[in-house]
Parts: sequence; structure tokens; C-alpha cells
Amino acid sequence: MTAAQAVTSGRNIRGREAGFFADLRSIAGRALRLVPRDWEALIPALVIPVFFFAVNIGQLQKVFESQTGINYKAFLLPLSIITTVSGVTRASALVTDIQGGYFDRLLLTPVRRITLLLGLMVADLLLVVALCIPVLALGFILGVRPETGVPGLFVFVGIAALWGLACTGFPYALALKTGNPAVVNSSFLLFFPFTFLTTALVPEQALTPWFRTIAKLNPVTYILAGLRSLLVVGWAWGDIAQALVAILVVGVVSIGLAFAALRGRVKKK
Amino acid sequence: MARCRLAEHDAAPAISARGLVRTFADQRAVDGVDLEVPKGEIYGFLGPNGAGKSTVVRMLCTLLNPSEGVATVAGFDVVKQPERVRLHIGVALQEAALDEKQTGRELLHLQCRLYGLRPHEVEQRVADLAGLVDIGEALDRRIGTYSGGMKRRLDLAAALVHNPEVLFLDEPTTGLDPVSRATVWEEVRALNTELGMTIFLTTQYLEEADELAHRVGIIDHGRIVAEDTPEALKRSIGSDVIIVETDGDCSAVEAAVRSVPSVEQVTSHGSEVTIMVQDGAATISPIAVALHNAHLTVRNLTLRTPTLDDVFLELTGGRIEEAAR
Repeated sequence: MTAAQAVTSGRNIRGREAGFFADLRSIAGRALRLVPRDWEALIPALVIPVFFFAVNIGQLQKVFESQTGINYKAFLLPLSIITTVSGVTRASALVTDIQGGYFDRLLLTPVRRITLLLGLMVADLLLVVALCIPVLALGFILGVRPETGVPGLFVFVGIAALWGLACTGFPYALALKTGNPAVVNSSFLLFFPFTFLTTALVPEQALTPWFRTIAKLNPVTYILAGLRSLLVVGWAWGDIAQALVAILVVGVVSIGLAFAALRGRVKKK
Repeated sequence: MARCRLAEHDAAPAISARGLVRTFADQRAVDGVDLEVPKGEIYGFLGPNGAGKSTVVRMLCTLLNPSEGVATVAGFDVVKQPERVRLHIGVALQEAALDEKQTGRELLHLQCRLYGLRPHEVEQRVADLAGLVDIGEALDRRIGTYSGGMKRRLDLAAALVHNPEVLFLDEPTTGLDPVSRATVWEEVRALNTELGMTIFLTTQYLEEADELAHRVGIIDHGRIVAEDTPEALKRSIGSDVIIVETDGDCSAVEAAVRSVPSVEQVTSHGSEVTIMVQDGAATISPIAVALHNAHLTVRNLTLRTPTLDDVFLELTGGRIEEAAR
């Protein structure tokens, strides 16, 4: 069949704008379809948290529990979740699209520009939820039982997923601004201070004064507190609200930067 | 009113540009390009690397805004109505812009959905275009495993999912083997002759422009230096070309052949002297005699009809093919 025959047989078919939600579904669907083909990118997100979880339990559980009386596995599980979900993005794939010209092909279609980023974020959100499951299962196997029961688990996963989504903005902003894979790959360094300059390993009262000051300024401290409350305290609404506010603050900054970078990328300058 | 607008749209040329300029920092990559491509024409845009061909295409396709000037494609302004332009054009960019981790079928499906095709239309178009791509079972393989020719054909298929009025092909055969190149040429011809699709084709291959284009625009340093049918452009520099290749001094060769009657123009480039004449068969002997009498060493003396490269040499003093290398 020639190109002309191919066009002739469906020649009455014409392009039209698909609509916002159809575009969103198409872009997110493609991103999710490609996840298993990039499975190697997910290995660090699962292995590193499990490794640190095991090491910290092995080293500190006895001392911690004798001093505080709190189940250290339950105390530490939120850190593993935060480490798992922070930085799970399709930003590297986006850079590949930009460098290979496929991003331009998408821009040549009537797709709504905003969905090119929003679709990836929707895919990330679903991926983050999926990644929470094995880490929570590990905690369950090791005997962690949330004080808030099954509903608390849903809230726990919801907070973790929203945090994961808030984090995606930074790598996307770098991907869209620079189009450079090295810069995007090194963006995970940003999450080290975010994750560890907190009450990640010990409670606030056990921190030195200078570290406590830094931890209090770090939004992740409040997210950890919110998640921990669901596991070891019960429905502590104040902690949950503070966690959501912290996510909102980081999300507004990071996602704002990402959409500003998208505007710059598609500006036809 | 709407009918008037529709009539205006139908009567408009497929592509029109006036004073198109594009600057990057302080460099004018495109420097005042005027174009008028009627519906149903294959327009060849010929020039060496860096001449501004791709920048013009990117402006016409709405990927880049012009710094100055106006352009319409399919009757719609590329700056004011980019969404309308995108619905009416198909584009295959210079490098086959494909996602290597998707299969060919997935890529076509996605392309159809982004153009708002309904599910049954998607199935029909993918089935139609699968025949065009002619890669059999490979359509369900990842694009990363395709050969260069298969990628180009898939890229072309992706550009056709929504039956565009105007098709932009940016160097569609660069890097292809001769067989794949010939196949792409056949497809381009068929799209134009059987469907009347307007095709804007950029190329650095003279043969390609010569074979395919109804009219050719030659661009150099961001300006169109000539525009006409390939035949008219070649006629404009004389009927025949005699090439003298020498190991010696080109200026001495030039001086010797200028004295021969019926020599119209002489230019030299590297070790080659190009002589434009009206009647090559009648002039080649006197030229050989003139060179012999001047005691000049000639490596090769060739008579041929003019090519578009000769036109480019005449107009710019350089050769497209050298620049392409």
C-alpha cells in the first residue's frame, strides 16, 4: 500500500482537538505504559529505603526502644516511604523526549501544552501509590500495625503520594529548563537534606539544639510527624494538617517552577 | 460571513510568507524570506547545512515564532492561529522524531488520539498506515529495533494520521540508503499526484529536489537566492556545462578558456573550472585546443547538462554538495 492509498482509504477522517481530559489520559497512559520498560529506574527507589530500613533497625532498635518505648520499626517506616516516593518521576524520560525530538513531535499536534506535564505527574502519582505497597507490606511483615487501622493506611498512602507528587516538580523543572540528563539525574541530591535534616532517625527531643532548629524549618519533619502519628499515635489531626500544609508549600514552589519551565520550553523563543 | 471565511481559506495559497526573519542572539538565521506555495505543489527548499531551511520549516510549523514577518499555512496565521495550523499540517522533522521505547503501533495510536480521532477512526487509520509503513510484524516491535528506513517510514505515517492538507518533510532522506530513498520519493510523489497534497520538502540533495519538486527555492545564508522550476533554473545558467579539472593554476585555465567564442561564463572552485556554454558539443573541442595551446595540464575534461548545484555555484560561489559533506 502506498502512502496515498493509506490516506485515500480514510480520507474523510480529519484531525480535531481531543479535549483536555483526553489529552491528559493519552499522555499519562503513554508514561505508565513505558514504566515497565524503564524498570531499572525503579530499583533504587525500592532498594535504598529497604536497605536503610534494615541497617537502622539492626543498629538502633534496641537503644531506641529502651530509651523511648516506641516501636522503632513503626517510627522508621515513614522515612522509608518518604525515601521511596521522593524523586520518583518521568523526568529522565522527558529529557530523552526533548533530546530525541519526540517532544517537538508532540508539540506539533493539537495537544494542550499543560497536559504534557500534567499527564506525566498523574502517572507519577499512580506510580508512587504502587511503590508504597511493597514498603508497607514489608512493615506489616515485620510487625508494624497502624494505630489508625485500615483507614489510616489509606490516609498514610495518600499523604505519601501527595508528597511524591510535590517532589516531582523539581526534576521536571530541571528537565524542561536544561534538557540535560546529567542535571536531572543529579537532582536526587536535593532530597538528601530534605530527607535527613529532619527527625528521620530519632525524635525531636533527642536532637541537638542546632539540628532541631534546622529540622523545624524542614517541611519533611512535619510530613514524617503526620505519617508517624498514623502508625504510632492514632488520629492526631493537628499533625496530619501540618503534614498537608508542608506538602502544599513545597508543591506550590516545585510544581510552580515546573510549569514555568514548561512555559519557557514551549514559548517558541 | 462564515462562508466568506471558508472561501477565503480555500482560495488562499497553501503556504505564504512575507519578510520572514528569525534571529538567534544577534545572528539572522533567516533573513527576509518570501514564499508563495500554491495548493497541490511540491516545493523543494534547497540549500546547504546551516542555510536556514530547518528554521523556516520550524516557523511555518509553529514550533518557532518569527522575529519579523508574517506567514500563513493552509490559510491560517502561524503566530495568531497556531492551533488551527497544527490541525491542517503533517510534519516529519529532520531526525525521525520517534519514541524508541514505544512500538510502532503504540506510537501511531497515540498520534491518532492526540489528533482527536475516535476509537473506530484510530483503528482504521492504524490499519491503513500499517500498510504504508510496510514493516509487517515489526509494527508491534519497539521502534528502537527499526532500521533507519523503517523509522523514516513510520515518521511519515505518523505525520499522515489526520490527513493533513500540507505536509512538511524536513530532509526526509538524509542518511538513508539509495533503496529507502527511492521508496520515500515514490511515496512523496504518490501523495501529491493521487491526493493533491501540498508538500514542502527541504533537502540538501540536488537530485532529490530535481526529481520531486515542481518548483525549487534555493536558500543561502538565510535568503532565497533563486526560485523557479528546476528546468528553468538550470536553463538560466546556459544549456551546457564543461568542467575542467586541473592540478595546475585555475586562473590560467580561466584565462585560456575565456578567449574561446561561445563561452558564456567561467568560474573556478578548488581544482575545478566550470564553463557555461550554449552548445557544449560544439565548444568542447575549441576549449581542449585552447588549453593545449596554453600548455596547461588537464586531469579531466567533462561535458554535461547543468545541475542545480551549478545554479547554486553560479549564484553563491559555493557548492551545495561540498557544504553538505
